[in-house]
Amino acid sequence: MSTTTPAAFSSARTTATAARVLRQLRHDPRTIALMLLVPCLMLVLLRYVFDASPRTFDNIGASLLGIFPLITMFLVTSIATLRERTSGTLERLLAMPLGKADLIAGYALAFGAVAVVQSALATGLAVWLLGLDVTGSPWLLLLVALLDALLGTALGLFVSAFAASEFQAVQFMPAVIFPQLLLCGLFTPRADMHPLLEAVSDVLPMSYAVDGMNEVLHHTELTSPFVRDVVIVAGCALLVLALGAATLRRRTD
Amino acid sequence: MNNVPEPPQPTAPDAVRAAGLTVVRGTRTVLKDLHFTVPRGRITGLLGPSGCGKSTLIRAITGTQAKVTGTLDVLGSPAGHPTLRSRIGYVTQAPSVYDDLTVEQNLDYFAAILEPGRAAADRRREHVTRAIADVDLTTQADALAGNLSGGQRSRVSLAVALLGTPDLLVLDEPTVGLDPVLRRDLWNLFHELADRGTTLLVSSHVMDEAERCHRLLLMREGHVLADDTPENLRTRTATDTVEAAFLRLVDEADDHTKEPTR
Repeated sequence: MSTTTPAAFSSARTTATAARVLRQLRHDPRTIALMLLVPCLMLVLLRYVFDASPRTFDNIGASLLGIFPLITMFLVTSIATLRERTSGTLERLLAMPLGKADLIAGYALAFGAVAVVQSALATGLAVWLLGLDVTGSPWLLLLVALLDALLGTALGLFVSAFAASEFQAVQFMPAVIFPQLLLCGLFTPRADMHPLLEAVSDVLPMSYAVDGMNEVLHHTELTSPFVRDVVIVAGCALLVLALGAATLRRRTD
Repeated sequence: MNNVPEPPQPTAPDAVRAAGLTVVRGTRTVLKDLHFTVPRGRITGLLGPSGCGKSTLIRAITGTQAKVTGTLDVLGSPAGHPTLRSRIGYVTQAPSVYDDLTVEQNLDYFAAILEPGRAAADRRREHVTRAIADVDLTTQADALAGNLSGGQRSRVSLAVALLGTPDLLVLDEPTVGLDPVLRRDLWNLFHELADRGTTLLVSSHVMDEAERCHRLLLMREGHVLADDTPENLRTRTATDTVEAAFLRLVDEADDHTKEPTR
């Protein structure tokens, strides 16, 4: 048995954690089905709601490709980490030689992998079967969707620290996600909002997720606003993950 | 035992050494100025009524309790020191395992946290198989933890703590809800572990388990009432059982002063 000080980050412990999270998910096929199929069904629904105006479907559809992974991963992560906190397994893990970064990165890796599958299905369906008209590369759509999923995972992890029960965790969804949904430019361009709200939307990460999707929708090349959007979403995800790590305490009252 | 804190020794003979240990939770002082030692390679029983501070003391020793003051050395290092994390096995009162994983998958994961990497895969396999056998769950290895009975789940939790052969095993009420046969089997396992050199600290509010320990810490209302062997306790109080000895000590403490000093 080694008695060296455990490293702050260990890739083997991170992958073990990610594998464990995915294994837990595998015992729950219904959750997998919901995570993968619901976004696809919503896109199909949307396509025929805007049957007469394919341009509207393009705009809203592309935005939703970024928003779905964010919402799903937010919900799944906040409940999963809350369960980890309440079941005592978090206390056990933190009494073991596991770095907080290992745990957080493990969750991000596992749910990131699920998000790749979810986004690939939704993007593929939208572009090839539902006729979503993207000027840029669908791969860039996928990239933004993956970053959005990471952001959702990060927000979920962070928020779970403030929820004492599953009831509260679920209520954080409308509290954290809905305002961003209203202000991200999905319903009306952000420039048309009240100046105060526009300013608020400038500091909310989902605005940049939707902006990034729209850049891919309208431009063939990599535009500088797209790069900016991607960097902001990724930066926010990392920042919130770090905040989430700070909420994990080895010693509790 | 003397209350004068001795200078720290590099090779302390005791697994746990507490001096002036105090823990505050909220506005309540849960542990008040405790002085005791837990000898190595022995089973020390931590006994007392519910709510007397047993779990808080255990959490302090495993380094998961906040607001701990005074001296608390575990295996020669201050409690909560990072190097202790792979040397202490800790079983919480409620079984802390993943209900949506099988017994074996639970152990595989925790083993990978203790000994990560491909190189240790064979050793991990061996440890997992042995831990499952030690708690007598070999036939349930592929069952989901959530589908097991309460007693079986707490044995999964115990098996996790046995992984990696810890030097100190801290068990918070490990036999609650177990039938007499299982309880006997577990106590046999505890003695086997102690014979192999493991130090065990086992909390319980069932006094008849006290007779199976080498040493006892009797607690009440955040104080240590007695720190002795079961035989000495019975002799000292002129009683037949540890339970009677405990009650005698409680009465004496209440008679003498309102504030029992150990």
